[in-house]
Amino acid sequence: MTTPENPSTPRPVPTISELFWAFTKIALFGFGGVLVWARRVIVQEKKWLSAEEFNAVLALCQVLPGPNVVNFSVMYGSRCAGIRGALAALFGLLLFPVVLMIVAGTLYARYGHLPQLQGMLAGLAAAAAGLLIATALEMAKATTRAGLKVGHVVAAATFVAAGIFRLPLLAVMAVAVPISIAAAWWETR
Amino acid sequence: MRDSDAYLTLLVQFALISLIAVGGANTVVPEIHRQVVEVRHWISDRQFSELFAIAQAAPGPNVVFVTLIGHYVAGIPGALLATFAMCAPSCTIAYVVAKVFDRFKDARWRNIIQAGLVPVTIGLIAASALILARAADRDGLSFSLTAGSFALAYWTKVSPLVPLGLAAALGLAGLL
Repeated sequence: MTTPENPSTPRPVPTISELFWAFTKIALFGFGGVLVWARRVIVQEKKWLSAEEFNAVLALCQVLPGPNVVNFSVMYGSRCAGIRGALAALFGLLLFPVVLMIVAGTLYARYGHLPQLQGMLAGLAAAAAGLLIATALEMAKATTRAGLKVGHVVAAATFVAAGIFRLPLLAVMAVAVPISIAAAWWETR
Repeated sequence: MRDSDAYLTLLVQFALISLIAVGGANTVVPEIHRQVVEVRHWISDRQFSELFAIAQAAPGPNVVFVTLIGHYVAGIPGALLATFAMCAPSCTIAYVVAKVFDRFKDARWRNIIQAGLVPVTIGLIAASALILARAADRDGLSFSLTAGSFALAYWTKVSPLVPLGLAAALGLAGLL
């Protein structure tokens, strides 16, 4: 892992079933977000992508709409084995979590009124909100490093519009995205 | 709400939300909240934050939150429809654009668009956090849990499982 790797080293291309099981593992280990495990499995364990290649694919996923790691599974899967690879990775990522959510939803509908479960969920909800605040601030920190000053104003304004005034997301984005892209262009001239 | 109207609404709403979910599933939490709590009254504010907590606590991508919402609104068909609607449009785009965008990896316009989208994403994730914290923090202890899990996640390398597990245990013990 500490050995510098030659970027031109040919990397193993996973088969359809290898893709499915790798993304299944990513999904089932990924408590509180799957990104950490996507990187760990694909870059460190399987060595299917270098860290740089992983970043490049992920950056592309963040530009596009949709859940990031779901997009990642489609992009990486299609690169390996076309549309069948994309579907194998996608189903690996979603199959077990979706089944798990259906079971959890059934339990919630039946036992959600129990005081112990209510208490547990209240605790989980409070902690989950804290984790999300941390994620937002960590991302803001990364923007500071990138030197985007107008970015903070845009982030704050978006926060106020969507979080405090609860304006519809499409309206918020229709205003914020063009301003923000124009600002990024201005700052990187 | 178990009728074809609910299925259709789930399908259309989540397909639209899928297309505006730049930056991941958490950025559209305010919009999902607006649709299912404020506009359609399918779910109460408190149920919304409880379902979100279940999705966060379980392993898997955060997008399965919509599976839970769909299940709550319209059973297993609702769960599958909401998941499909949330993933199909954006996955199709990802599949097509991946092929095109790979050719412009170093293009300046691509990097500018990306840099411009990041702050909006951050603002939306912060907005999601505020909405969820407001719904979840009903007393001093739940507020402390939010603050404590934030502090652990932000300043230490402790696994997110630790604050989630502690908070669940405190709640199970009847302290919340």
